[in-house]
Amino acid sequence: MQEHTEKAMKSHNPEVRVGVFVCHCGSNIAGYLDCPALTEYAATLPGVVYVKNNLYTCSEAGIAEIKSAIQERGLTRVVVASCSPRTHMPLFKSACAEAGLNPYLFEMANIRDQCSWVHMQEKEMAQEKAMDLIRMAVAKATFLEPQQDIEASVVRNALVIGGGVAGLSAAIAMADMGINVVLVEREAELGGLLRRVNRIAPRGDSAAERIQELVKEAAGRANLRILLRSEVTAVSGVIGNYEVTVREAEGTERQELVGCIVVATGAVPFRPEGLFGYNGETVITQIELEEKFRAGTLNARSVVMIQCVGARSPERAYCSRICCLTAVKNALAIKETIPDAHVHILYRDIQMYGMENEKLLWDARGKGVRFDVYDVDRPPVVRHGVVEVYQPLLGEVEEVPCDLVVLSTPLVAPEGATALANLMRIATDQNNFFMEAHAKLRPLDFATDGIFLCGTARYPATVAEAQAQGLGAASRVGTVLFKEKLVTSALVSQVTERCDGCGYCIELCPYGALSLEEYEKDGVMRRRARSDKILCKGCGLCAATCPKGGVVVLGFTRKQLEAQVDAALEAV
Amino acid sequence: MNRDVLVIGGGIAGIQASLDLAEMGFKVHLVERLPSIGGKMAQLDKTFPTNDCAL
Repeated sequence: MQEHTEKAMKSHNPEVRVGVFVCHCGSNIAGYLDCPALTEYAATLPGVVYVKNNLYTCSEAGIAEIKSAIQERGLTRVVVASCSPRTHMPLFKSACAEAGLNPYLFEMANIRDQCSWVHMQEKEMAQEKAMDLIRMAVAKATFLEPQQDIEASVVRNALVIGGGVAGLSAAIAMADMGINVVLVEREAELGGLLRRVNRIAPRGDSAAERIQELVKEAAGRANLRILLRSEVTAVSGVIGNYEVTVREAEGTERQELVGCIVVATGAVPFRPEGLFGYNGETVITQIELEEKFRAGTLNARSVVMIQCVGARSPERAYCSRICCLTAVKNALAIKETIPDAHVHILYRDIQMYGMENEKLLWDARGKGVRFDVYDVDRPPVVRHGVVEVYQPLLGEVEEVPCDLVVLSTPLVAPEGATALANLMRIATDQNNFFMEAHAKLRPLDFATDGIFLCGTARYPATVAEAQAQGLGAASRVGTVLFKEKLVTSALVSQVTERCDGCGYCIELCPYGALSLEEYEKDGVMRRRARSDKILCKGCGLCAATCPKGGVVVLGFTRKQLEAQVDAALEAV
Repeated sequence: MNRDVLVIGGGIAGIQASLDLAEMGFKVHLVERLPSIGGKMAQLDKTFPTNDCAL
């Protein structure tokens, strides 16, 4: 290990005393770069008064060294040359803070992810690049300024939009967690799509009973208010403090102040107008069949079901996931009601994912339900009293007599989903379903903080899945609302004196953090951009777009970036 | 009532549950049988549909 090196300061600013810590990261960095040489090099840079070579800067010993160097050597800037700010920046920043140095005076040089790992075969050039990176980080650090974290209050109320199984589950769970919940439902009754379903696969529970249980549970919570025949008409504010306008049944509007919003607006079955002779009587959809079960009006001896109607097509490329299960469930229900009825399912692929679902398929086969693949290029043709289906193996068309045709159609986004998305500035996909922030890492979050997603509003789901997602969304809300206050990074956009209100930056902001405001100066009304510090994520699109330096991102000011660029060009 | 939470299993589900509980302010004890957490996910390379590195 190299000894500490104290040297004369070259910096023009006596306040700037930079300490540089060069990390070996075991052999991750030191296996390819000469870390002691990098440390010696760092000592020659302007403003650097202390350097240290660590095996692991992130270890307890490494952190202790950062802290003691700040206190004993009077460091006013800390630079760590190591792995990646994505994983270790928070740790090093908090070490600075614990030693009494403002954490925003910390800078990182990424000599692992962006150097040693990617240039293993070119060690000499990698060494030069690492020197460049360290020189650039030190140059930028020189111009860093102390900042204060931004703190905001949190209202421990939540809004749930949609009173189906997902929304009800989320609302009940949040109420039980001690959160005040208001649930807004567009219809006159709770239950959503489940209100039209007969029995729930795979166990065959009654959908009506399930809704009743959920509604009863919801009604029993004093901190859960339910607004029926109501709609959200406006949303403003930010995580922790959303102001929501709800139009109630009588047309009156009320304001709700909530910390988080759960979107559980569900989906609706696609109506296959013009497809396969759909007429709502002898050719119906699965959901209409379920309604017949519920009403006890099913009267058919021979039923043909056609799968993937209006799904997995150019217009709707997705698989609705639940229709195979629904068809098999309903086929079994027909056999149960009318044992000698003939049921024939025409499908493209069967997917019965899940622990118990595959068994249902075999039960159905065992009870004589017939399954045949149809060719998507030669789909079945529905005629009066008969369905013609091309049998590829026989090379001929088979006529299947029937008195009822049931079409399995996908769930589609309900009307109004796009309008709601626009109200809240949340994303939808090409099929107008709401879109999560990240398919795997943040499946129940929107990219907009404090707004969450569950149930078929995202994608067709079974009842069990919608319920699990509702509970998951409630848990995600808990991670926000159980905090006393929200603390966010100060490295956000700041509008400067130079802004003339041209508005270039406003449309560009992906987070809706910028708006125009009017103000008076020297008796003249002027316009300028206004930045919301909570909404802003510090991405820098605004600063990069502004032609006049009217908006900057703290921690990435022109001065700081210029110092970095100048330092990079020094080597050229 | 003791407010600490025990999570058994340090795969993707266990880790996410632990993180959310910790965010909510609970003290969490995550127990994993193997020498490292990550579970099956840590053995995968890229994951569909976004092809992110599973690690």
